[in-house]
Amino acid sequence: MSSLRSVLSSTATRLSLIFLLLFFINSVGLVFYVTSLSTQIIEAQAKTAIDQQLVNLEEAFERAGIPGLIRFVDREARQPGAHLYLIADQSGRIVTGNVSAVDPGILDRSGWAGKPFSYSRFDDESATQYRAIAQVLRLPNGLTLLVGRDLGDAELFGGVVKNALMLALGFMMLGALVIWLLIGRNALKRIDGVSIESQRIIAGDLSRRLPVGESGDEFDRLALSLNGLLDRIETLDNGVRDVSNNVAHDLKTPLTRLLARSENALTGKSNAKALKSALQSNVEETQALIRTFNAILTISKLEAGSLLVNREVMLINPILADIKEMMEPAAEEQGLTLIYVSAEPVELAINRELIVQSVINLIENALNHAGPDNTKIEMGIMSDKKDWVEITISDCGVGIADQLKENATERFVRLDPSRNSQGSGLGLSLVKAIAEAHGGTLNLSDNNPGLRATMLLPKFGAR
Amino acid sequence: MKLLVIEDDREASLFIEKGFVEAGHTVHLSADGEAGYLLAETGDYDVMIVDRMLPFRDGLSVVSTLRAKGIETPALILSALGQVDDRIAGLKAGGDDYLGKPYAFAELLARVEVLGRRRGANKPQTVYETGGLKLDRLANSVSRNGQHITLQPREFRLLEYLMARAGQVVTRTMLLEGVWDLHFDPQTNIIDVHISRLRSKIETGFQSQILHTVRGRGYMIRA
Repeated sequence: MSSLRSVLSSTATRLSLIFLLLFFINSVGLVFYVTSLSTQIIEAQAKTAIDQQLVNLEEAFERAGIPGLIRFVDREARQPGAHLYLIADQSGRIVTGNVSAVDPGILDRSGWAGKPFSYSRFDDESATQYRAIAQVLRLPNGLTLLVGRDLGDAELFGGVVKNALMLALGFMMLGALVIWLLIGRNALKRIDGVSIESQRIIAGDLSRRLPVGESGDEFDRLALSLNGLLDRIETLDNGVRDVSNNVAHDLKTPLTRLLARSENALTGKSNAKALKSALQSNVEETQALIRTFNAILTISKLEAGSLLVNREVMLINPILADIKEMMEPAAEEQGLTLIYVSAEPVELAINRELIVQSVINLIENALNHAGPDNTKIEMGIMSDKKDWVEITISDCGVGIADQLKENATERFVRLDPSRNSQGSGLGLSLVKAIAEAHGGTLNLSDNNPGLRATMLLPKFGAR
Repeated sequence: MKLLVIEDDREASLFIEKGFVEAGHTVHLSADGEAGYLLAETGDYDVMIVDRMLPFRDGLSVVSTLRAKGIETPALILSALGQVDDRIAGLKAGGDDYLGKPYAFAELLARVEVLGRRRGANKPQTVYETGGLKLDRLANSVSRNGQHITLQPREFRLLEYLMARAGQVVTRTMLLEGVWDLHFDPQTNIIDVHISRLRSKIETGFQSQILHTVRGRGYMIRA
């Protein structure tokens, strides 16, 4: 019962029923129209034949009067065919003709008998009723003349047409029903499949996908698009989840330290100097936390694409030279040389602040991972003939193992967990977000030894 | 200095008041944009600190309306929106400085004191002189006690920035903004390295210290 209701409530079924009804009404109309038209044509033909016969009878009458007419009718009536003749006297007795009886009242009126009527024939013993149309005339001496034409053949023809039409329409309806069952039910089943999968996804299993058939039809394309949408949502959802997990994990550590230090300072018998130093540490810890939050915010905004409103076209070379000049003392402090190999001036449409920040991040990263054998950090710029500019920062430090390079740009990833927790673990992911927000990429490769970080940025006017 | 603080967060404004009073300044508090505007309209303050999001009237509108009326009290705009574009909007509205929340009080204090001092001498001087150290902007030369000192262009700009604010604390962030035009915080001690290089050039071989480190706050040129 409920399955019947669900079938009836489906759009496909309702549409099918409506179409079936319309089809039925049209078919009945068509049958009526065709049969009545054919009947009309046949009656008109019969009337023309009757008129012609009357002309012949008139000629016979004019030649030889009533007896001539009767003779003529007598002769014509014996011939086979659809013609009907009848001459009756005033009392209704049949004088001559090939009709033995007609519907009562037909002979009482002259002119065309309004509708087809029934009659019987002399030459038919079985008293079968035939149908005909006829014209009735009054003759001068009180006789009545009926000239008509049998409609048997015509009605037979009309019937055949009607039956053929009905049969054809019946078959068409049956066909439509079968097609609906095959296609409509099939479509219904697939939509139901999509609904069921969707329900599971809504219930929380974001890894499920809508079923995709092999035909590549509209349903498959729709399912593919929706699956693409789901992929995107899943990626974003995972991103958000990872970030929340990492934020929770990475911020808990400094917060725990803050709390512990504060509690320790409150409960212990610390002197003023110890208290001050605890507070100083807490201030520094808090500032580091603020930096982390700022980096997270910047990355999120970059990824949402909302921070690049003020990009300006400028030469990248002097910016890199400035950075070199700024960072050089820091490198020298560590006994490293910072080298900048410039190239031809290149114009880029960039947010200066962000690009400077990302290059400084890369240099800081190189400084932090200098390692014992490192002697230099190299900044380079290379532009290909077409659309791209490469900014590379390479060091000869500890580098990153190949299998970890992919992870290195993820948020909060610190590849060396034992390392003194300098930095938030957001540096490289910030650089990556900045490069991508400029339509570029960040690649990490081996410098043998050390790490080579390459920012690929599109030239101004490229593409 | 007489300060006006327009800030709707009660705790934050009390904290600001306490800090500035301890530093020897007078502070008036106002908790909404409309009342704050009426106070500022008197033109009776040396510096005003204006929060961006305020009840009744936002901070940018307060500042821009004052500027339209010809009241030029230096304004520092505080905001939780710390991004580059927000800062530019704040400066365009007529603010003289912009500080994103959360901020360190030392940063706020240093910036407000610089703003208050600048009021009288807004135009950059051609020659700065403090304790025998002399910087001539036009001649592009630095000397101490008549002895010429050779500086790199960036070191020159760094010294110029500090000497234009002689006697006042200048924070690392202010130096990044003023000398390098950068509005973010590199995580290395890069500013300290540049300062120590500059210091070695202007102090080595001379008797007295002139470029002082103010612990927890920043740096200061003082005789």
